[in-house]
Amino acid sequence: MSDAHAHSVAFVRDSEIPPAPPPAAETGVVKWMRENLFSGVVNTIMTVIGVFIIFYLLSGLIPWIVNGTWEGASIRDCREVLQGNGGGCFAVLRERWAQLLFGFQYPSELYWRPTLAFALLFLAVPPVLFFKLPRWMLVFTALYPFVAFWLIWGGTAITPIFLLLAFVAAFFAFKEGEKRFGFVAGLAIGLVAFAIVAFIGDFVASEEPGWLRITSVPSREMGGFMLNMILGLVCVSLSIPIGIVLALGRQSRLPIVKGFCVVFIEFVRGVPLITLLFVANVVLAYFLPPGTNFDLIVRVIIMITMFSSAYIAEVIRGGLAALPKGQYEAADSLGLDYPQAMRLIILPQALKISIPGIVNVAVGLFKDTTLVSVISMFDLVGMIRGPILSSTAWVGVYWELWAAACVLFFVVCYGISQYSQWLERQLRTDHR
Amino acid sequence: MAMTDTNPGGMTVSDEVAIEIRNMNKWYGQFHVLRDIDLTVQRGERIVICGPSGSGKSTLIRCINALEEHQQGSIVVDGVPLSSDLKNIDKIRSEVGMCFQHFNLFPHLTILENCTLAPIWVRKTPKKEAEETAMYFLEKVKIPDQANKYPGQLSGGQQQRVAIARSLCMKPRIMLFDEPTSALDPEMIKEVLDTMIQLAEEGMTMLCVTHEMGFARQVANRVIFMDAGQIVEQNAPEPFFTSPQNDRTKLFLSQILGH
Repeated sequence: MSDAHAHSVAFVRDSEIPPAPPPAAETGVVKWMRENLFSGVVNTIMTVIGVFIIFYLLSGLIPWIVNGTWEGASIRDCREVLQGNGGGCFAVLRERWAQLLFGFQYPSELYWRPTLAFALLFLAVPPVLFFKLPRWMLVFTALYPFVAFWLIWGGTAITPIFLLLAFVAAFFAFKEGEKRFGFVAGLAIGLVAFAIVAFIGDFVASEEPGWLRITSVPSREMGGFMLNMILGLVCVSLSIPIGIVLALGRQSRLPIVKGFCVVFIEFVRGVPLITLLFVANVVLAYFLPPGTNFDLIVRVIIMITMFSSAYIAEVIRGGLAALPKGQYEAADSLGLDYPQAMRLIILPQALKISIPGIVNVAVGLFKDTTLVSVISMFDLVGMIRGPILSSTAWVGVYWELWAAACVLFFVVCYGISQYSQWLERQLRTDHR
Repeated sequence: MAMTDTNPGGMTVSDEVAIEIRNMNKWYGQFHVLRDIDLTVQRGERIVICGPSGSGKSTLIRCINALEEHQQGSIVVDGVPLSSDLKNIDKIRSEVGMCFQHFNLFPHLTILENCTLAPIWVRKTPKKEAEETAMYFLEKVKIPDQANKYPGQLSGGQQQRVAIARSLCMKPRIMLFDEPTSALDPEMIKEVLDTMIQLAEEGMTMLCVTHEMGFARQVANRVIFMDAGQIVEQNAPEPFFTSPQNDRTKLFLSQILGH
């Protein structure tokens, strides 16, 4: 620009500046290392210390894994094979693998049944997690709880079939009832239908106990990682819908509904889970009519579900509070009634906001299922702590067993976490 | 009060009453927001409500579709009295369309889904038919090509036009506008106003809270000035703007037209 121009303020652009590529990026490994690892004296020292720590950890871990032995029937065999070379005694995992997975009482000739149930999980869960899969696949999801129940606990197939029928009857009764009398009446009619069919099922099962019968396994024989999976899956899938209802109830304008939800949430959150589990184990029996044999696993499921649903309710309440008031008003102004507005407008957005929190609770819940080991149930942790470590063959094999427990839990929890991050990316429509 | 049409477009006003408000009072706690409101809106009438902020104009039109409760007096919309009966409220809401200052589109649904949601769930219209209607109104507000985008991808003016289309999909007999252009850039105000003018020309009954005085002159049959929760002055646009009677009105008009 000439001097004459530099003095004048008026300016008219007569040609557009064409867009240009950014300056050629400075790339290369050496460049990256110099910038990120050795950019100054302090950084260089930090890098050296960091590398040393990583080296120190790996120098212990790698020989432990690589030199470890998978052969042997007791810790003495391991010591013979290893000759003090720092390797791990992984033979315990090999020898007790089935016990770690199924507990020590589950009949070994029936291991195929929970294994099959686990395999079917990969058919039942994806339709819920990945909404691009065809919707008819949800049939698997709907059938799964009943099939899995039958496979794991055994007994006559009449019980799960009538349970399924009861749910189907309740669903259609609710649909019809909602159409004619509204949402609340629909729910009541659905409940009645459920009770009737379930009662008939109970009757038929006691009349015909041999129909399609497979060996039944009582609850006290469940154990190992299977028990953690059962508790985790059932409690998560129950506590999300209950949590939603509690969160909505807490916002309700009806004082009794609101009061109940507030008291429930605040009470359950104020009590340690372990206490609730002890209640489930011992105290609950006092409140039940004498003679009723209320399954221990069901009692534990009720307690864990109560516990986590209170937490999930609070997470979802946060999501509801984050929605602008305009969303409620827009839904109202279009004439949507309360259930429609919640189901179509409010909850999809509130749940999306709540995903990280819900996943946080779900992962925590899954890990908390190991707490049942303190009420003498032999889940994965209970198995390791009890029967395996106290056996004469494997006394003192701590590292290998606890590491295995960590790996099993980590795989599941990391999977859940990765899924939730993927889901958040999928649901991002705001293009901020 | 002048009830004859003052607009060049030849828009007609029928004798039928669309909204009748009698002695309506509303309080927020102890604060008396709306005081003795009396207002009759004929079918096909286009009313602009203006006034300083806090004068209760938004609250007034929000009372008409029960987004706000009133404590005293009566509101009858399309022959249906507004009471605490939920059935009545939902019926009125489905007949009265509303556009908000901040559009309030549903960000998790596409433009098309935003428009078809209420017809499908409230009117029980078959999905295909609802989509055809939605496309018809999206074409009318001139954004049919955005139908499969999400609200977050549209400009403010486009979003407000979608909001208008979404209301129209319910085939409302009355439209309420709550400062529809206040949150928009000047460049986009015109496209929204054009849509509203087009709607007025088709004979829609409209109540607009707005400060767009040009729009008021061009479209309204009646301008209402509110202050401190009361209707202070109402008149046909020409006399309202050229010879306001009340001192508050004069001051207000001099402030908003004076620069």
